[in-house]
Amino acid sequence: MKWSHFEENVFKTLMVAATLVILGSLLAVICVVLFKGVRALSLSMITQTPKGGYYLGKEGGILNAIIGSLYLAFGATSCSLLLSLPIAFYLQKEYLNPRAANLVRLSLDVLWGVPSIIYGVFGFTIMLYLGLRASLLGGVVALTFLELPIMVRAVDEVLKMVPHQLKEASYSLGATRFETMFTVVSRQALPGMMSAVILAFGRGIGDAASILFTAGYSDHIPHSVFDPAASLPLAVFFQLGTPFPEVQERAYASAVILLVMVLLLTVSSRVLTKRVARYVVR
Amino acid sequence: MRKFIDSISSKFMCFFTVTASFIVVFIIFGLYVKSIPILELKSVRELLTSSSWHPLRGEFGFYPFLIGTFWVTFLAMVLALPICLLCSVYLVEYAPKKVKEITKPLIDLLAGIPSVVYGVFGILAVVPLVRELSQKIGISTTGYSVLAGGIVLAIMVFPIIISVSAEVISSVPYEARESSLALGATQWQTVKKVVLKKAFPGIVAATILGFSRAFGETMAVLMVVGNVAKVPHSIFDEAYPLTALIANNYGEMLSIPLYDSALLLGALILLFVVLFFSIIARLILMRGEVMS
Repeated sequence: MKWSHFEENVFKTLMVAATLVILGSLLAVICVVLFKGVRALSLSMITQTPKGGYYLGKEGGILNAIIGSLYLAFGATSCSLLLSLPIAFYLQKEYLNPRAANLVRLSLDVLWGVPSIIYGVFGFTIMLYLGLRASLLGGVVALTFLELPIMVRAVDEVLKMVPHQLKEASYSLGATRFETMFTVVSRQALPGMMSAVILAFGRGIGDAASILFTAGYSDHIPHSVFDPAASLPLAVFFQLGTPFPEVQERAYASAVILLVMVLLLTVSSRVLTKRVARYVVR
Repeated sequence: MRKFIDSISSKFMCFFTVTASFIVVFIIFGLYVKSIPILELKSVRELLTSSSWHPLRGEFGFYPFLIGTFWVTFLAMVLALPICLLCSVYLVEYAPKKVKEITKPLIDLLAGIPSVVYGVFGILAVVPLVRELSQKIGISTTGYSVLAGGIVLAIMVFPIIISVSAEVISSVPYEARESSLALGATQWQTVKKVVLKKAFPGIVAATILGFSRAFGETMAVLMVVGNVAKVPHSIFDEAYPLTALIANNYGEMLSIPLYDSALLLGALILLFVVLFFSIIARLILMRGEVMS
């Protein structure tokens, strides 16, 4: 066999092996966490808030963290959606010239790369300055900062894909930019926007470092935006930090709940996008 | 009236856009203002190169934390890079369409898994693995080590490196490949000599992006590296990355003078490193986009 063919085969094998390693590690992460966590999972975990002595291994559940996480992620996702739509629309070439738009895109991409702990620290510093305690509001604000660049860039990419003939048809009928954007373009871009929202929601619900200081932790379900809110990632983290095996088992179970939620989100995003895509002009 | 709505809405949108693009500047400014007290007392060189961290005595040396962060990140990149490159070349050049369609969403799934879950995986699987490995070599550790952190981080940066480099590789024009193949080169020779050469800047950018993601990762690393404030001497030693330092201590010990200022300086250093790398990577990618 010729050397070049031998080389070809070696590298092909290596490539397949590398791909298998990556898929294998995905499988390993999911399986290890599921197998270890499912044993400690019980109905009371998801229907009760922690009772007295919960962190010593007594009764209770992490309903507070589940609800808290949902509040945080819903709040942050709605805020960042409201903020990101105007920005993403403004980046299109009807409004901003492409040079300036690319500069803004660069700054948003860079913002995307900022570690979430920085948002946490910065958010907490601002809260100290304003005299606020760790609260649901603080957590939502920090998460909004985290989700904003993800959302804007994802929506922006979708808007860029909208065929320009559609826009031109709308303009030729005398519609203004605003009308075109919010009636024609946004309908065409709806499926993409929905997957952007779900992507951002998933990022928000899974992030721990940014809410570590800003949202705090409490054993109760928050009643107002100024109450501290528990969250699933921090529930995992704190329960793992205790020296009791029973509580650590529950941390694994909490991780399973979090993982299943994120996986469901990803799958539902695919299904939803497909369903909504029926109304798109191709 | 309709014209009026159009112009008002456009001004409104402009305001949001300008504000959003200055968030980074705003954060840098905020962190800098808060770290002025410690910068006034100590020189930057002393802070960066001293390895004694005793907040109660007013000694803040960032050296062990910086080295810890660099070791863990570097190791993660060494582990992740070859695997990711091979995988993205495979996905773009070799894989049948079906394999591509199945693999892409799975890799996206990997990107969506929360970092705490990676941390739990690290504690359950990677740490015991490292412990056994080190016992075979004859070193006794708890398993909470630079190596464990590196492995977990490597898995976490897979998706970002693969998605960026696969995109760059697939943007290499088809004609370039065809002319190489027409000259009698095998597919691998074409990939090696034509495709990878053309995609090189983009792959560098993908690597840098992966690096800066790994550099700033907090929770997963915090859970598996052991958090001992000394300079690690081997990959089986414990380390204490900068992010873990901030996460563990900020918000609790604000009564110690200068402590919060020091931690915010740590955050500022972290931010600067990440910004530096990600701006370079994004500029490379943007230039590639303009040229193609």
